[in-house]
Amino acid sequence: MNGPHDMGGFTHFGPVKHEVNEPVFHENWEARVLALCLAMDSSGLWNVDIIRHTRESLPPLKYWSSSYYAIRIEAHIKQMVKHGLITEAEIAAGRAEVPPRPMKAVLSAAMVPAVLARGGPANRSSNAAARFAYGNRVRTLNMSPEGHTRFPRYARGKFGEIVALHGTHVFPDSSARGSGDDPHWLYTVRFTARELWGHDNNDSVMIDLWEPYLEPA
Amino acid sequence: MPHDAHTHDHDHDDHSELSPIALRVRALESLLVEKGYVDPAALDVLIETYETKVGPRNGAKVVAKAWTDAAYADWLKQDATAAIASLGYAGRQGEHMVALFNTPDSHNMVVCTLCSCYPWPVLGLPPVWYKSMPYRSRAVIDPRGVLKEFNVELAADTRIDVWDSTAEIRYIVIPMRPGGTEHLNEEQLAGRVTRNSMIGTEVLA
Repeated sequence: MNGPHDMGGFTHFGPVKHEVNEPVFHENWEARVLALCLAMDSSGLWNVDIIRHTRESLPPLKYWSSSYYAIRIEAHIKQMVKHGLITEAEIAAGRAEVPPRPMKAVLSAAMVPAVLARGGPANRSSNAAARFAYGNRVRTLNMSPEGHTRFPRYARGKFGEIVALHGTHVFPDSSARGSGDDPHWLYTVRFTARELWGHDNNDSVMIDLWEPYLEPA
Repeated sequence: MPHDAHTHDHDHDDHSELSPIALRVRALESLLVEKGYVDPAALDVLIETYETKVGPRNGAKVVAKAWTDAAYADWLKQDATAAIASLGYAGRQGEHMVALFNTPDSHNMVVCTLCSCYPWPVLGLPPVWYKSMPYRSRAVIDPRGVLKEFNVELAADTRIDVWDSTAEIRYIVIPMRPGGTEHLNEEQLAGRVTRNSMIGTEVLA
């Protein structure tokens, strides 16, 4: 989707404001949001791509004016409501009004270190041969997928060069639709600033792109 | 609503002083705990982990080792995930690591234009600026302008390589070792490495 999250190339959101000795969390509720989201991810009812798509589907003006943790919790609430775990009325009341749904897994304190250490690797085995090799010139497709994609708008229809192969990874466009992992080759592609922006310098942008976004140049 | 034992708004004993979002999150947490979907003890362990155990000190140790151990630096270049895991840093948001070595000719800088992807096991949680719209939007189109806002001025002929973390690959920048540090040991060197230098928005002097 051509959503508000696809920020690369905007120029007038103002200067980058960085804080010296920034705390890990500025407000207590931000810490609770991080923990609630991580804990609820153990439910197995959604995956990272579904959650990203839910965040990106917030109305653009809301997305751009919300903080990181506000965007995160609203996306998780949407998924929890969708799966029948909770209702908005229950959040408003702060207590349960309908019986809980049975859960496959609830994260316990004892499980946390192992769950974080395991993480969620995205590489998947596949018999597919890589279509491109290191150093190949490629052209990115010009496309505007309706659903979730990790193909930024600013890199569509551009010439680049393969600078790394990462094996076959979960394809987010499929995974966010609930269509399984659908692994595809993942590459890092170098684009010159001249190609992307018409800039007259030697700078480059490297972007991780899946094979279905690319064609030979 | 009574003050929940597991929240810590010491300055706001009266919950009516909390912002709407803080109240919403508190109500959500009560609800999820009541329904048995989350274990409050697990929430506390998660927060403690990212407040006290995981942070840029981890990445600084990786950088200092790369500066002092050529074989380790080679391993980082070949297989950063394994080389970093050998120091005990692995897992969530660091499953697939790549290390980017700055040189006198080229400077690396990392961004996630689509969300806020960041290598948690080595740098901890991302700072607000990294997740902000100004950084996410301009890092790719105007890296020199962004660096100026961090008081970094590179030579005009230094090439800037910006890495947009669009997949599950996570990047850590290995900054150049500052001059005059020949006498420092690995631990002292780690003390000189800053978070921003490992994102690429600072040059160590």
